[in-house]
Amino acid sequence: MKIILSRQIINDPFVAKVEELSGQNLLACYQCGKCSAGCPNVCEMDILPNQIIRYAQLGLKDELLGSKSIWVCASCMTCDVRCPKGINVAEVLEAIRLILLRQRKDHLDVQNLSDAEKTEVPPIALISSMRKFTS
Amino acid sequence: MKVSYYPGCTLKNAARNFEDSTIFSLNQLGVSVEELKKWYCCGTVFSMAADDLIHHLAPIRNLIRVKEAGSDSVMTMCAMCYNTLKRANKKMLDEPDSLEKINNFMTEEEVNYEGDVKIQHLLELLRDDIHFDAIAEKIVKPLKQLKVSGYYGCLLVRPREIGFDDPESPTILENLVSALGAEPVDFPYKTECCGAYQTVDKPNLVADKTYHILESAKDNGAEIVVVSCPLCAFNLDQRQKDVAREFPGFNTIPVLYFTQLMAIALGGTEENLGFDLHYIDPRPILKEKGLI
Repeated sequence: MKIILSRQIINDPFVAKVEELSGQNLLACYQCGKCSAGCPNVCEMDILPNQIIRYAQLGLKDELLGSKSIWVCASCMTCDVRCPKGINVAEVLEAIRLILLRQRKDHLDVQNLSDAEKTEVPPIALISSMRKFTS
Repeated sequence: MKVSYYPGCTLKNAARNFEDSTIFSLNQLGVSVEELKKWYCCGTVFSMAADDLIHHLAPIRNLIRVKEAGSDSVMTMCAMCYNTLKRANKKMLDEPDSLEKINNFMTEEEVNYEGDVKIQHLLELLRDDIHFDAIAEKIVKPLKQLKVSGYYGCLLVRPREIGFDDPESPTILENLVSALGAEPVDFPYKTECCGAYQTVDKPNLVADKTYHILESAKDNGAEIVVVSCPLCAFNLDQRQKDVAREFPGFNTIPVLYFTQLMAIALGGTEENLGFDLHYIDPRPILKEKGLI
């Protein structure tokens, strides 16, 4: 994948927005990779959790907003408890999801779920997935 | 002893056996359980965005209902409710400005919320207030020779300031299982996420997680896995249907709420245990051990 870095991209308001929504200092990350090493869903991700932080530091908005990873995260917070720099990585992924959801770009289309799919799962599953993946 | 009780939605339908077995067990232990007269869904997940206060209204309103019931603490069993209520409460304590905004928004509430309700998980109540040795003394049917793995998942132990045991290597379930007379079986996947709400959108991902978690428990000798979360219970029990399809040769294992085992040990009957709600029937192994 070709990545273009520039002062303009790094200064994109996207970086400040991710920091504001997540409440995290992205520059604290020194890329040790513990978040990715412990992530239970990393095998399904296209950009690994430590790479997400790096991309966010560099303002790579389009790559992050288009990534599969943000919808694979289950907010299990294993990355959060293992980060030696105290960064809440799951909150950073939540912030990126929210930037899309607040533009009504839903990930889960509830109307497309069949009755069987909806009745099979308990209410706790439906409500939590709607809270995480719809606007 | 009396405790105020917040059930949460799923304990009134898919996880009725979690509620029934808890109430039976606590009554046997001399605890009277008083369900809040009015309560709502907590929202199931804590809203992690710094500026998103609206989603903390539901947990905070539930905590106001606790105060209205004349109590300063509330007990819940669902790991998701516990985590959501406790994190919302902590946010209010850490951020007085957010608390003021929320109080100003809830103009119809007669009680101002001050972050002063203690949120307690049933496991904490059993460990800290009732004590495991006192439970051991009341056991009428020790769970002899039953090998049990405790699966914690995420929300009982993470984040660190919300969990009530070590986030990497918790032991509270093993200690309870020992007090019930069973043999606890440690396994390395006990705090590995089951995939949680991904079960709606990506059931195959969850089946894969379930397979690895249960294989690890079985490899270490477990005959039963116990949980404290209705969503973990669904993923680990019901998704075994998908696991069997994806991993030929997979041997199933029953998944119970820890309260169901406690109820058996305290003399409960099938009426308090709700085994009809399980996909993998736990009765054969329990019969084999002479427990039902």
